[in-house]
Amino acid sequence: MANMAQAVRMALHYAEEHLGVTDIFGEDVGAPLGGVFTVTQGLKTAWNSPLDERGIIGTAIGIAMAGGRPVAEIQFADYIYNTIDLLKIAGNTCWASHGDWNLPMVVKTPVGSGIRGSIYHSHSFDATATHIPGWKIVIPSNPLDAYGLMISACQELNPVMYLEPKALLRVKGEERIPGEPEDDRQLSKMIDAPLGDRSQWKAQWPQLEAYAVPIGKGKVVREGSQVTVVSYGRTLPLCKKAADELASQGVDAEVIDLRTLWPYDWELIKASIEKTGRVLYVNEDTEVTNFGEHLVRRTVEELFYKLLAPPRLLAGKFVPGIGLADTLEMASVPQQGDITAAIHALAGEQP
Amino acid sequence: MHDLMVKARVLEERLIQMYKQGHGYFWIGGPGEEAFNVPLGLLMKKGQGPAHDYLHAHYRQSATVLALGEEPIGALRQMKNTATDPYSGGRNFAGHFSRREWNIAPVSSPIEVQYAMAPGTALVQKRHGGDGISIVTGGDAGTAEGDFASCLVWSSRPGNELPLLIIVTNNKWGISTPAETQHGETRVSDRGKAFNIRSKTIDGNDPITAYQELKEAMEYVRKERKPFLMEAMVSRLYGHSSASGANFVGNEVDCLAQFEARLEKHGLLTRQEMDDLRNRYTEEMAAMARQVRDEPLPAPETIWNHIYAERK
Repeated sequence: MANMAQAVRMALHYAEEHLGVTDIFGEDVGAPLGGVFTVTQGLKTAWNSPLDERGIIGTAIGIAMAGGRPVAEIQFADYIYNTIDLLKIAGNTCWASHGDWNLPMVVKTPVGSGIRGSIYHSHSFDATATHIPGWKIVIPSNPLDAYGLMISACQELNPVMYLEPKALLRVKGEERIPGEPEDDRQLSKMIDAPLGDRSQWKAQWPQLEAYAVPIGKGKVVREGSQVTVVSYGRTLPLCKKAADELASQGVDAEVIDLRTLWPYDWELIKASIEKTGRVLYVNEDTEVTNFGEHLVRRTVEELFYKLLAPPRLLAGKFVPGIGLADTLEMASVPQQGDITAAIHALAGEQP
Repeated sequence: MHDLMVKARVLEERLIQMYKQGHGYFWIGGPGEEAFNVPLGLLMKKGQGPAHDYLHAHYRQSATVLALGEEPIGALRQMKNTATDPYSGGRNFAGHFSRREWNIAPVSSPIEVQYAMAPGTALVQKRHGGDGISIVTGGDAGTAEGDFASCLVWSSRPGNELPLLIIVTNNKWGISTPAETQHGETRVSDRGKAFNIRSKTIDGNDPITAYQELKEAMEYVRKERKPFLMEAMVSRLYGHSSASGANFVGNEVDCLAQFEARLEKHGLLTRQEMDDLRNRYTEEMAAMARQVRDEPLPAPETIWNHIYAERK
C-alpha cells in the first residue's frame, strides 16, 4: 500500500491532470528534491520558490485571483506563523468583498511531532488554523483519506488548509487507493524519485481515479458503546490502537476520525456521544485555547444532560516548544500510554 | 484628465465632509495623488481576467478607480457603510475598493500585503501571454515591510521575471513619522537596482509627466514582460486619515491647483470654467450624499453571507 507521502503525491498528480491545478510550489517543492518529505516528486506543475513564506502565501492568493488553482506548501507549519495576516486575508477576501472575489487555493503544510523535530519542526497548527474564518481545514490520518481529501481540496472554490501529520507521512495504508498498483515495490519504482542524478527521471503514474473524501465529513473508525474518542492526525491511529487494546479489558470505545476541522462533522460526534454519554477529545496542539476546548464547550452546552461523565480533552502541554530529547517530546504531547490511560479512566469514571 | 482630477478631489472632500458630519466612522483616501492616480487609471487595460491589467491598490486610489469609469456614489455608499456599498456591502472602510469585473483586487487595510500578492496575478499573466500586466501601489512608509522586498524578489527571479509595475507613491510620511527619520536609502526606487529591475523616481504631482512616465513604463512591462519599479513623489493634502483630523495641509504642493494654474496660463481653461466644473461636481456629490444617507444599513443576519463562495 502507498504511504501518505505517495498518496498526496498521486492526488496532486490527479489534480494537475484533471482538476485544473496550475501551480504546486514552495521551498524545495520542485525538482530535484520534490519536497523535503518527497510529497511533490515528479509533478509537472511543481516549482521551487524563494525562501519566503509570505511570498508563497501572497503569490498563491494572486494566482487564485487570476484564475489559476495553486497548491502552495509551507515546508513546516512552524514557519507558517509569519503569514498569519495573509492567511486572514485569504480567509476574508470573499466576505470582505461581499462575494465579489473567491480564492480557490490550497495551502499544505506538515504538522506535529513524531520525527524528533525539536522546537521548530514539531509545531501543530490546528488550534491556530481554526481561529481563522473563511478557510476549510482538513487533516488526514491515513493515505486513502489523504488522497481523497486532497482531491476534494483541489475542487474547492475556497481556501483549504491541508495539514499533513508528518509522523504519518511514511506510514503505509491499510486500504488501497483506487488505481494504485498491488505491489508496493512497483509503486515505488514508478513514482519515487531515484537517489543520485534525477535529471532524466520522470514519474510513471498509475491510472488513478477521482476518489474524493468530502470536506466536512468525519468517519467512525471503530464502533463502540461506552465511550467516544474524537481525534485526528497523528493521534488518531493511537486512539484506534488504544481502543482495540482496551476491548480485552471490557472497555468498548468508539473512535471518530474528524478528518475535517472546519466545517466539522458535529452530527457524527453528537450521535456518538448521545449513544455513549462519554467523550474524550485527543489532539497534540497545546491545550490552552485548543480546538478540542471548543468541542468540549459545545458538548457541554448541547449535550450536558446526555453526559454520564465530564467531557475530557487530552492535548499537548502548554509549553513553549517540544524539546528534542526523547524524554521531553514524550512528556509534551500525548503518547500511546497517555491515550490508553485516558480512555480507560473516562470509561470507568463515576460521579 | 483635469476633469477627473477635479472629480476625484471633490469626491474625497465629500467623503471627508461626510465623516465630519457623522455619516461615516472613518475616512482615508488619496487627495493630493490625483495627478498620478488619474493617468494610471486612464492607461490601464480595463477588463476581467489575465488578458487585462490587475490593480492591487492601497486605500488612496479613488482617482484611479474614477478614471477607470467608476461612479462616485459607490465610494459614498462605502463611507456610509450601507447595504448598497458595491465594494464590501457595508463591511469595510472608505477607499477599500473591489471590482472583479475590472480586475480591481479588494483593497485591505494591512500595509503592503498587496505587494506579496501581485506577483501571483503577474505570474498567471506571464504564462497567459498577451500584454496584460499587474500593477501594485502603496506608500513609501510601507516599503519598510518585508512584503515590499518579497515583491522585488518574486518579480525578478532569473528566467521568471514578471510583468509587474511596482508603484510607490512617496508622500514622505508614515502617519506622523517623517520618512527621513526612518529610511536611509536615497530613493525608494534605488532598491530596484539590486534586483536588476528597471526603476525610476518621477514627479507625481505633474499629470503630464506622470502620464508620459507611466505610459513608457507600462509599455516596457507589457512588451518585455519584466518588472518596473516606479516611485512617484506626491503630496498628502488632508493628512493620513480622519484619525489625524483630515484637515487641509497648506504647506504641500497641491497638484490640482498647480495644474489649473498651468491650464489657465496656457489659455486652455478659464478660472470660471474650472470653478463651474468644481461646483457642478460638488453639487452632484452633495446630492448623492443626501441620497446615500437614507439608504439602509446591511441587515444583521447578513454577517453570515459570503463566508464561502458556493457553486451556482
